[in-house]
Amino acid sequence: MTAHQLDATFAALADPTRRAILARLASGQASVMELAAPFAMSQPAISKHLKVLERAGLVSGARDAQRRPRRIEPKPLADATGWLERYREIWEGNYQRLDAVLEELKASEKKPRRKKR
Amino acid sequence: MATAGTLEVTTPSDREIVMTRVFNAPRRLVFDAWTKPELIKRWLGVRNGWTMVVCEVDLKVGGAYRYVWRGPSGDMGMGGVYRELVRPERVVCTEKFDEAWYTGEAIDTLVLVEEQAKTTVTTTVRYVSREVRDAVIKSGMASGVAESYDTLDQLLASGFAS
Repeated sequence: MTAHQLDATFAALADPTRRAILARLASGQASVMELAAPFAMSQPAISKHLKVLERAGLVSGARDAQRRPRRIEPKPLADATGWLERYREIWEGNYQRLDAVLEELKASEKKPRRKKR
Repeated sequence: MATAGTLEVTTPSDREIVMTRVFNAPRRLVFDAWTKPELIKRWLGVRNGWTMVVCEVDLKVGGAYRYVWRGPSGDMGMGGVYRELVRPERVVCTEKFDEAWYTGEAIDTLVLVEEQAKTTVTTTVRYVSREVRDAVIKSGMASGVAESYDTLDQLLASGFAS
């Protein structure tokens, strides 16, 4: 996956309406009219969002403007999440070890203050 | 304020990777764990058979730091120079790996914010270009595969030992 494709994917996912459209398409293909129904938006507005999703390769089936049902393309989405997921895993490991170090530091700070009985 | 333990990773601009995480400890302890060699060695990059064999920190503006890890597939070193320092809340430094597979130095910014005895840590790595940033993340994926093989080696070794 190229950097350009990734940017397009992330940009497309940055909008709540487009994420909602993807969520709807994840449960099956739908026409523009069906996609517009749950939103307080005109069909042209939804079409605009669909174009962004199509350019990012996240949705396909747009050749015949209005009628043709759109469907989700799972691969770019999987690539985009996998890309950052590995980075996150490495740092989650680091930070979990840091948690343990911090707990120890907190515990050792408390000790000297404890008075002997 | 975010819940302790949840790591957020974002790419807010073309050249950056930003991570945010809340730690259940006051800021000065988090700052210590991030800047004192004896503490850094215990958590940074030490997983699956990797240990830190060099950890030098000259914590002042213009001072250098150097880290070297030793693992099953050899040594990996990196270092840089501190550019800004506000104890215990902000550190800015350069970052460069010995076998740099990317162009130029990256700039790391560490920001610590304390609230109700918890500390929100935000780290930003800014690369010279988007291409460089993406290359770094992809290489992270590649090293992840190597790491998995290391784990597999350990599992196999322990299996044979028992």
